[in-house]
Formats: sequence, C-alpha cells, structure tokens
Amino acid sequence: MASPLLTIRGVETFYGKIQALKGIDLDVNEGEIVTLIGSNGAGKSTLMMTICGTPRCRTGSIRFGEADITQTPTHEIIRLGIAQSPEGRRIFPRMSVLENLQMGAAVTDPKYFDEDLARAFKTFPILEKRQSQRGGTLSGGEQQMLAIARALMARPRLLLLDEPSLGLAPLIVKQIFEVIRELNAKQGLTVFLVEQNAFHALKLAHRAYVMVNGRITMSGTGSQLLASPEIRAAYLEGGAH
Amino acid sequence: MALAPQPTQQGGARTAQTPTVPKGDQKRLLIDLLLTGLIASAIFGPIVGMNATAPQGGLVLEYRWAAVLWLVGIVVVGRLLLHLLVWNRPDWVKPIHIKRLGAGLAGLGLVSLLLGLFVVKAPWFDAAGVFGLIAGAWFYISSSNETAAERGAPSPLANAIEPLGKYVGVALLLIAIALPFIPGVDRRIVDLAILMLTYVMLGWGLNIVVGLAGLLDLGYVAFYAVGAYAYALLSTIYFPLWFGDGITPWAFWLVLPLAGLFAACWGLILGFPVLRLRGDYLAIVTLAFGEIIRLILINWYDFTGGPNGISDVPRPSFFGIPFTNDENGFAATFGLTYSPLQRIIFLYYVILMLALITNFVTMRLRKLPIGRAWEALREDEIACRSLGINTTNTKLTAFAIGAMFGGFAGSFFATRQGFVSPESFVFMESAIILAIVVLGGLGSQIGVVVAAIVVIGAFELFRELNFLKAIMWEGFDPTQYRMLAVGVAMVLIMRWRPRGLVTKRDPSIYLKEKKAVSADLVAQGHG
Ligand SMILES: Nc1ncnc2c1ncn2[C@@H]1O[C@H](COP(=O)(O)OP(=O)(O)OP(=O)(O)O)[C@@H](O)[C@H]1O
Ligand SMILES: [Mg+2]
Repeated sequence: MASPLLTIRGVETFYGKIQALKGIDLDVNEGEIVTLIGSNGAGKSTLMMTICGTPRCRTGSIRFGEADITQTPTHEIIRLGIAQSPEGRRIFPRMSVLENLQMGAAVTDPKYFDEDLARAFKTFPILEKRQSQRGGTLSGGEQQMLAIARALMARPRLLLLDEPSLGLAPLIVKQIFEVIRELNAKQGLTVFLVEQNAFHALKLAHRAYVMVNGRITMSGTGSQLLASPEIRAAYLEGGAH
Repeated sequence: MALAPQPTQQGGARTAQTPTVPKGDQKRLLIDLLLTGLIASAIFGPIVGMNATAPQGGLVLEYRWAAVLWLVGIVVVGRLLLHLLVWNRPDWVKPIHIKRLGAGLAGLGLVSLLLGLFVVKAPWFDAAGVFGLIAGAWFYISSSNETAAERGAPSPLANAIEPLGKYVGVALLLIAIALPFIPGVDRRIVDLAILMLTYVMLGWGLNIVVGLAGLLDLGYVAFYAVGAYAYALLSTIYFPLWFGDGITPWAFWLVLPLAGLFAACWGLILGFPVLRLRGDYLAIVTLAFGEIIRLILINWYDFTGGPNGISDVPRPSFFGIPFTNDENGFAATFGLTYSPLQRIIFLYYVILMLALITNFVTMRLRKLPIGRAWEALREDEIACRSLGINTTNTKLTAFAIGAMFGGFAGSFFATRQGFVSPESFVFMESAIILAIVVLGGLGSQIGVVVAAIVVIGAFELFRELNFLKAIMWEGFDPTQYRMLAVGVAMVLIMRWRPRGLVTKRDPSIYLKEKKAVSADLVAQGHG
C-alpha cells in the first residue's frame, strides 16, 4: 500500500451542543482518489472543514504527511499543501476570473504564477476566454471550474473537493470528473472528494467511505461499494445513469 | 440585495417606481395625487409647519401653515406633471419632447440664476433658476434614460459617469493643483477646497476599511480625533517640554508620522475585539468605539482639557519658516509681500499632498497581495481562509492602515484650526465620511472625490444661499436646512445611481488587453 498522506483518527466535531462527527477514522493515501458519500446532513462538509481547522475537532487527531495538523491554524494548513474547493464554490463574485486565480496562488511563490496559470487555462480553456469577466457573472459550471482551478493554483499535494457536481448539468459533471481523473493520473494529485452523485464518484474513486449520521459505516474500493446491495438501495437506485 | 443586470434593472427600477395608474384613468390619477398630498403634508406638517421657539418665559409653538401649503402644492403639481409628462403621458408626447423641455428648462434656469447672481441681484431670479435647473435636469435625464432603456442600452447617465475615472480624475487633479492661482479664487474658496480635500482624504482612508476590506466602520472619526489630539498635545505641551521651544516650527512635520502611528495603534485596539464580528454587529461596536474615544476626551480633564479642548495649537510653518509678517517670516525670506493668504495656500497644498499620498498608497496596495486579500475578504471570508489567507492579519492591517490616514488627517485638522475640542469629533462626522464613501461607490477612489465635493458642497452652499431667505418665511435660516440639502443630494444619487456614483471596478491584474469589468454587468451577492 502507498504511504498515507492524510490520517484521521477518532475525530469528533461539535457545533455547540450538536455533535456532527462521532469518531471518524479515515485514511487518504498518496496518489489516490478517495470519495466520501452520504446523505444530506451526514457530516461530510463538516469533516472537510475540520481537516482545514474550522471548526476544530474536540477530540481525535489529524495528520498530514509527517505533520500533526490537529491544532495548526487554518492558513498554515493550506501552506502545508492542502487545498480546498469548499461546498457551494465560494468564488469571489466581484473579482475577475484572473484575480480569483491570483487569490488561489496567495500561498505560493510568485515565480510559479505564470506556469500555474498556463496549466489552469490548459485544464479549463473556458476560463482563459472569461479571464477578465467577474466571477459572479460566470455560469454555474464555469464557477465550479474556477473554484477547482483556484484551489489548484495553491500547488496542493491533497485536493479537497466538496460536491463539485452541485447543481450542474450531467454533461458538465462528466467533464469535471474527467478533469479530476486526469489530474490524478497525469500529475499524481491526491484527491479527497465528497459527492452526492454516488454513482459517478464511486466509479471514479479508488476507495470510498460511506458516512451516516456522523459515523463511517462502510468503506472499500469504489467497485466494491458500487456492487454492494445496501449502497445500491440507499444511494444509487433511481439515481444511476 | 440581489440586483438584476443593468438594462433590466433600469427598467425594473422604473416599473417599481411608476405608479400603476392606467392611461387615461382620471379617478386613479386623482387618488394618487391625493395620496401624494397626504404624504407630503404628513412630512412637511411637523417639519416645516411647526416651529418651537423659546422666547422669554416658556416654549411657544408657532404654526406656519402657509409654507406647508406651498410645499405640498409644489409636490402635488410636480407629481401631476410627472404623470402627464413622464409616466402616463398622452401618445403624442414623445420622450424627445420631454428631453427638449428638460434642456430648455435647465437652460432658462441657468440664465435666470446667472442673472440673479450677477446682474439683477434679485433672489427670486436665483430661486427660479435653481428650481428650473433641477426640474430641467430631472426631465432631461429621465427621458434620456427612457429612450436608452427602450433600446436596451445602459442609461446615458451611466455612460456619462463611467469614464469619470479616466478623464475627470486627471482634470480634477490639474484643477486641484492650479486652484489657488486661478483668477477669482479667493480665501473663501481655498478654505472650502481645504475642507473638501480633508473629507476626500478621510473618505479615501475609510474606503480602505469599508470599500476594500468590507468592514463597516461607523466610528472612523475616533482616529481623526486621535490624530488631532496627538498633534495638539505633543506640539503644545510635550515637545516644548522635552526639546525646548525651538522645536515648535517643526512640530507638525515631526508629529505627523507619530499621529499616524498612534491612530494605527488605536486601529489595532479596535480591530482585536471585533475580529469575529461582521456586518451589523461590527457596525455597532465601531459606533460605540467612536463614542468611547469622544467620552474619554471629554472626561479626562487633566490630560485632554476636557470639553474646553486645547487652544493655541501651533500653526504650520514652511518647513521651519513661520508665516508671520516680520523679517523671519515666509514672505520676507522669499522676497514676497506679506499676505495672510500665503498660509492658507500652504495649508491647501499640504492637504492636497496628504490626500494624494493616501490615494497613491491605496492604489499601490490594491495591486499587492495584502490589497487583494482585503478585497477577497470583503467577498467571502470562508473562501479566503480556505485559500490560506490569514484573515486575522488581513483585517487588522485594514483597520490599522485606514486609521493611520485618519490620524494624518486629524493632525492636519488640528494645525489648521489651531484648536481642538471633543465637539469636532461627534458621530455626525463619521456618518458624513461614510456617506461620502457609500455615495461615491464603495471602493471607488474617484467616486469618493466626487461625493465629497457634492456632499460638502451641498453643506456649504446652504450657508450662502440667501435667496432662499427671500422666498421663504420671515426668519428662515438656510443653514438650519443643510442636512436636508445633503439628504436631497443623497436621494437623487440613490435614485439614479443606486450603487454609488462610480461603480466601475478595474481589476488589479490583466494579462492581454486591459478590459474593465463593469459592476453593472454583475448580479451582486451582497449589498
Ligand atoms: N455552522 C453550523 N452550526 C450548527 N450546526 C451545523 C453547522 N453546520 C452544519 N451543522 C449541522 O451538522 C450536521 C452535518 O452537516 P454537514 O454540512 O457536514 O452535512 P453534509 O454531510 O455536508 O450534508 P450535505 O450533503 O447536505 O452537504 C447537520 O446536521 C447540520 O445541520
Ligand atoms: Mg455538505
């Protein structure tokens, strides 16, 4: 097995009195695509945000490579090489596409900027055409591409994607998943992906976890879970295409 | 507020404000006018109609129903005209007719105003002129907006104002540099220009906090006060004590950086407790902060002189050479004849320079990572954090740098007035500065200049408008209505430019061609 890049052990996160994560153990290995599926309110986004340190977990530990990042300030975590495209895209609506990408490169050495920008435009050619348009005027799919491209500008070792297919047409979803696969295959980028679109996500991922009510209830390879009758019943029936 | 893109938004605004009176429906029209009259009397009744005076032996309420009647009449007739000419006009009246009417009215108004001011010296001419100008401009603009909306184009007013940033900026700068030497410019005008520039500088300083970083600060005047008191205290008491009297002519230039530093420290002191606050909560805490500073100034009698303030604050010198009428003075040293205007002009250039430095620094910062981080912070704080930006430091630097420029302006205020007291640093000042920033269009540098000229100009105009005295009732004092004038100016700006005078935002980075992104094209997420 490859060496673990992200190791989560016994993580519990609270919003006030509400416990959103009830002891999560999860690994993401170098070079993998790992997906996390689960119904609404299961705590998937909470786990994503806990990895980045807002909110902090109350108990448990999170290690990234050699470093224990459980108590590291958020902006330091990003500097270590974790980039996140948060739920709902959260691009900067009044700033241009180019400025959004520039913000993504806030933690990297400026000497890489041109090279990274060229790569981002190669991955998402539409962004080059839209470079001086305001982020807020992009279409939903374009905004999602911008959010991913912006996260990639930080030259991450681990990319966290929270529902990249949210509200997108099936064709665009396919396109975005294709991009994720390519980034992983060609650049060896490690991806941790949260998805509602379980079918696509399981087909794409090397390994997958299922979260129910703040707990991991199942894990395995993507194809294992795809074949599992419980998963089919809970997440795929009617949704598969 | 979620606004639709410009063309529809223009149209949307019109439909929203156009009463739903079908064409030719006299009954509905009458009801509409009646309602207008009622609302107008409800507003003018208490404000204009009743006047509480306190002659010897008690409070007397005086009624001025005639004035109310006049005002209500003007409003109702105006509304009727709007119905007939703009909203529900008969088919044979075309927008071009209204446009011509507007141009004609404005022209007549101008002629009448000029006649009144320079030839006849009759206040009635002035009054007719001002009203003609306003009405004419209203007709002209709304009808040309209308023709543009029909074609689906942005309004010509928008087209006229958008390029402001490019040309008017340069023009204003040239005028500002040459101003004291333009023939006919007297002390009063230079004084007014100094006042305007002070507010421009304050507006630019606050623009960093509110416009760029998106942190609503209602207590900005606190930093202005810190700067003013820093200069007043250091130059009158502490510098002479520490370095002897010889330091006094240099005091301003020595204290200036210190005042900025002190104000920046206070910016940090304000910044720390409000780090986790946004929006309304932040606004309330900053409001309280401004009041706290003022209360400290009033109550710390031994240090600040309390409500009496500090007088005899040293006037500025020309880098050590005082502006006095003797052989060591500025005039004698440079072989000029002495004139008190020289000091005023010097002050003018000092504030012009300070303001330009503020602008220059802001423009530079916008292109640096910290400035971009401010703007990103305004847009989305969570996204900022997930991109590795230290939001704590980003906010604190915004508060500190904004406060620093407030402090500079405060020092200048102290040396110009020669006197400081807590009276000068009331909430009203914060409100005016914020109004200038908001009216100018959040984040727009040139917008602040235009808004400062409009707002301060409207304020000062009312000191001068004696013609209003003549057409209004006995004992009418225009200065009492200054705030009303500012209010009217704001309503007009909001009516035509709901997002501020200048809404264009130039991106801070381009790759190939320089292409501005207009605010009008975007549906804004937050207002
Ligand atoms: N800021 C918050 N304050 C209080 N409770 C919260 C907060 N954010 C999330 N929660 C709660 O925590 C639980 C997990 O939420 P989370 O956003 O992690 O779900 P999710 O798995 O991402 O769901 P979805 O698929 O709908 O995005 C939910 O019950 C939610 O109501
Ligand atoms: Mg979620």
